[in-house]
Amino acid sequence: MTGPLLRIEDLHVSFSTRRGMVEAVRGVTLSVDEGEVLGLVGESGSGKSVTGFATTRLLDAAGRITAGRIVFRGQDITRIPSGDFRHLKGAAMSMIFQNPRAALNPIRAIGQQLADAILTHRRISKDEARAASLDLLRAVQIRNPEQRMTAFPHELSGGMCQRVMIAIAISCNPALLIADEPTTGLDVTTQKVVMDLLAAIAAERGMATILITHDLGLAARYCRRVVVMEKGRLVEEAEPVELFHAPKHPYSKRLVAASPTVSSRVEDLVPEEERGPFLAARLVPKSAPAPGTPLLLDIKSLTKRYDDGPAAIADFSMTMAAGESVGLVGESGSGKTTTSRMICRLIDPTEGEILFDGYSIGHVPARDFHRSPFRKDIQIVFQDPNESLNPRFNGFNCIAHPLLRLGKMKPGAALTKRVRECAERVGLPPDLLERFPHQLSGGQKARVGIARAIACRPRLLVLDEPTAALDVSVQAVVLQLLDRLRREDNLAFLFVSHDLNVVRMMCDRTIVLRNGGIVEEGESRAMFENPKTDYTRELVEAVPHIRRAPALAVT
Amino acid sequence: MIITTLGATVKRAAKRFLSSLPALFGVLVFTFLLMRVLPGDPAVFFASGPNAGKAEIELIRKQMGLDKPVPQQLVYYLYDLGRGNLGNSIMTGQSVTKDLRDRLPASLELTFSALLIALVFAIPLGVLAALRPGSLIDHGIRLFCALGVCVPTFVSGLLLIYVFYYLLGIAPDPTGRIDIFTSLPPSRTGFLLVDFLLAGDVSGWWGAFKQLILPAVTMALFVIAPLARITRASMLVSLGSDFVRTARSVGLSWWRIVVTYALRNAILPVITIAGIVFSTMLGANVLVEKVFSWPGVASYALDALLSSDYAPVQGFVLLMASIFVIVNLVIDVLYGIADPRVSVG
Amino acid sequence: MTAATLRHAAWILRGNPLTGIAAAGVFALVLIAIFGPSIVPYDPVSSDVPQALQPPSWAHLAGTDQLGRDSFSRLIVATRLDLTIAVSAVGVSFVLGAVIGSLCGYIGGRLDRAVGRFVDVLMAFPLFVLAMAMVAALGNRIENIVIATAIINLPFYIRFSRAEVNIRRNLGWVEAARACGDSHLSVVLRFLLPNILPAMAVQMSLNLGWAILNAAGLSFIGLGVTPPTPEWGIMVAEGARFISTGKWWLVAFPGLSLMLAVLCFNLLGDGMRDILDPRMRT
Repeated sequence: MTGPLLRIEDLHVSFSTRRGMVEAVRGVTLSVDEGEVLGLVGESGSGKSVTGFATTRLLDAAGRITAGRIVFRGQDITRIPSGDFRHLKGAAMSMIFQNPRAALNPIRAIGQQLADAILTHRRISKDEARAASLDLLRAVQIRNPEQRMTAFPHELSGGMCQRVMIAIAISCNPALLIADEPTTGLDVTTQKVVMDLLAAIAAERGMATILITHDLGLAARYCRRVVVMEKGRLVEEAEPVELFHAPKHPYSKRLVAASPTVSSRVEDLVPEEERGPFLAARLVPKSAPAPGTPLLLDIKSLTKRYDDGPAAIADFSMTMAAGESVGLVGESGSGKTTTSRMICRLIDPTEGEILFDGYSIGHVPARDFHRSPFRKDIQIVFQDPNESLNPRFNGFNCIAHPLLRLGKMKPGAALTKRVRECAERVGLPPDLLERFPHQLSGGQKARVGIARAIACRPRLLVLDEPTAALDVSVQAVVLQLLDRLRREDNLAFLFVSHDLNVVRMMCDRTIVLRNGGIVEEGESRAMFENPKTDYTRELVEAVPHIRRAPALAVT
Repeated sequence: MIITTLGATVKRAAKRFLSSLPALFGVLVFTFLLMRVLPGDPAVFFASGPNAGKAEIELIRKQMGLDKPVPQQLVYYLYDLGRGNLGNSIMTGQSVTKDLRDRLPASLELTFSALLIALVFAIPLGVLAALRPGSLIDHGIRLFCALGVCVPTFVSGLLLIYVFYYLLGIAPDPTGRIDIFTSLPPSRTGFLLVDFLLAGDVSGWWGAFKQLILPAVTMALFVIAPLARITRASMLVSLGSDFVRTARSVGLSWWRIVVTYALRNAILPVITIAGIVFSTMLGANVLVEKVFSWPGVASYALDALLSSDYAPVQGFVLLMASIFVIVNLVIDVLYGIADPRVSVG
Repeated sequence: MTAATLRHAAWILRGNPLTGIAAAGVFALVLIAIFGPSIVPYDPVSSDVPQALQPPSWAHLAGTDQLGRDSFSRLIVATRLDLTIAVSAVGVSFVLGAVIGSLCGYIGGRLDRAVGRFVDVLMAFPLFVLAMAMVAALGNRIENIVIATAIINLPFYIRFSRAEVNIRRNLGWVEAARACGDSHLSVVLRFLLPNILPAMAVQMSLNLGWAILNAAGLSFIGLGVTPPTPEWGIMVAEGARFISTGKWWLVAFPGLSLMLAVLCFNLLGDGMRDILDPRMRT
């Protein structure tokens, strides 16, 4: 066969919404050769997933291809009837989705789901289908495949579910595999294992793969060619090395800069000319706290047990000086969230002591802590900006809330002034204060959440994955903002995150947690450059890196 | 694997049964107390007449155990209950256990038929509406559902009687389970439709069927709406779910996607709602049985209630609560079979 | 009610005319309940035996009953009673249920289990039978219909508000409120309750319809309201005796009144979901 396996020409996709037609993809042209791995990179709303769904004809009822051609093996597949197209799905092209657990039928054994896929395209007996399913489970390296055949998705881990999903997708040896954010939501170590497996299978079977992802590092590691999309348009197409070393399009430049790497510093994340006036504050390197400064936080063998289960966190001790920033890193189930909530005095520890500024606050029950004089000193920024704001409060009320409660202010001109100041400090335009959370973007919501947390000038700020739900370019701005606020107010940060690159940038020291215990702790850069424990090394190696030329890293 | 799932389901059902025992006991005590504060002295009611002497009333009081303190009466009641004795009905002069046993099949036959009719109509309607959301069919079904829940059973029952008995003359006289001239089949299950079939009496079966159909449809009309609504809603969720998208992405056939993948998942909440609907129908029986003079337990209890006859009402409420517990158990088991997730934890 | 809310309501009504009709219907019902008794053409309780059992005509829009009373006047006058019963019953169970349920959902633990047990006991009764028994026990009066209807509704409100609070109790903004210095109690009353109110309002509207049916059902079997008081359920019960002889209007018109009232509340409930939910606001 001559020509590429798949060629998308000037594709336009529109969705009909309550506010009329919205164009999600506006003229995308790209091609994939047999056996090639193409990365499709972009932030939310870039139209990268829609392009994938349009190719496999899985758009929602509201979505429609309005123009363009999708040529697969020389045939324009936008024009063939859906009955015929069904035979292409699975057999010629298939798809892997984000959130593997939801992508599998919860009440059907995985062996049956595999057999369903196989029997749709091949005329073989049920026993043969069963044998083929078993082979597939072996191919995706699932242990004890015979037993797993009768298991249901809820009995498997997220990584296992994604392997099953891969098995289903490759069940009929398609020529093209479209993987839509296949590892988003998985722990970083699982992510590496799944991606390695996917890459190996694709190479072994000669399948062309389109990897749709928001993660530049992931695309760099696994793809030969990367396409960058922004707002439904294709802005740049290049080989990874070239793209990351010398991006041409302004958007690619911004994206590459915003993606944290091993060597990036907070101030590099946003190009100089694009920093807002609020970020122009001088970034003075912070000196280490003078010896003899009293500890801000001193935690001694903290333990939390829920009901009768195993301890969510056991024997956790740490100290923090004023103005210091400490990272708390771990995968899901490591106990980092529980620990952060205890330090915030939102839940009670089962055992252990928390000293703040030399006073024991661990013994004040969480339900009475709102009356404690230290309440305003310890504040928190939450993970998901969508869930961290009261849907019935507008921006102003959200920020005014702690001022009224903890700052003992009364509604009036003084309060309005204070709220506006806080908004200004986080770079939130004053006219947005009247808006309700659902009218704000993710980044704006994150700013409101930060403004609320700093309104009463706390001394310790707990940040619970503050940027995990944000796009990288927004994350870059928010991280810079946080870093500036810390320097200005001499705030201490307890930065909870799963993203090692972010922690490395933001924190002086880092504590690595696993299964409710401390694995390793130390000065951030030193620890990540030279991990002492196997687990930390595994974590560090699992992070997909963009290898940048040293000259560029220093600018 | 299947064995362990079943075992877990049975274990869960047993656990659920044990945990519902306190509730059942609560019902018992609550009903007992409620009945004791009912106005009207049954001793006076059942004395020979308005001019009965004080002594006569006292005697009846004693016979009925009403002179004892209330806690003691409760203990006696529980003791009797343990021996399967629900007391005697003053109204019928028979033991409540016997009365209830005689009338329960009538109520159950009516309720089961109504539920069956409702499910047979509601599920396809719900699925149809969900497959074409926003279409004419969808709007029609939603309108029908909206109207269905608004008409009280006693009104729709009466209007059906007016149309099918008075106007069209195709329905029989709406009183009771059977024409008074038809001879009853030998009672095996108590369900007339089944008993007539077993006896091979086709015309008797037809007669019983004609008597049953109007009250059953009346009751079904009232519950089709919630069932169809939940089927539509959960089918919509199911069809929009990630796993249906997966099924479409590998090119499964339409039937497999809609029935095996979407409907089987969508049916889970319908099972739960069907259980609630069944229990609601047991209570709503009172109205339908009254309209159609249906000789079931509900109309029996209503008559007893209006004549301050404690024992049948207590017996009835207890019976209803027990059926409720059993229905919940059945739902649990069904759910456990249909959904492998619940057997965990 | 701010201007924005009104604008939003108007916008919703334009896109969803059925809700507008339902709201107008409810408004009309309220007007009838208030002014009905003073505008009816006939005295709803005085009998006129020569005019008994007349089919609908221009003089008697809904016909007359067995005592010659004008059914239309009785239907109008009955509106006040039926609405009062439903509204007060739903009001009582909403207030109690919302507070108890949200406290249980937020605090959990022993209180939650104890209330859960109580709700189980209540739910284990066939609810209509429970209402019957309670009206019979407490006495055949209208207040007791209200109490009985309120009690049998209570479990739904408790369960509903409990579930709604339970899914929100660990959200960021709830924890944020505590970090901003609110006590648990204030979080429940000032943050969680207002947030579950839209969902509760929808339930209440749907529930009002159900309460009307329930009260009518009780008087249909002879409990609560007593003749000659005009009430829709009793009117159906009185008409039931004549249905086999073809006097359809005695059942059809009270039935229609019940249906329209319930329909309005149900449709309004569905529509309100859109109006009160700020997330739908654009």
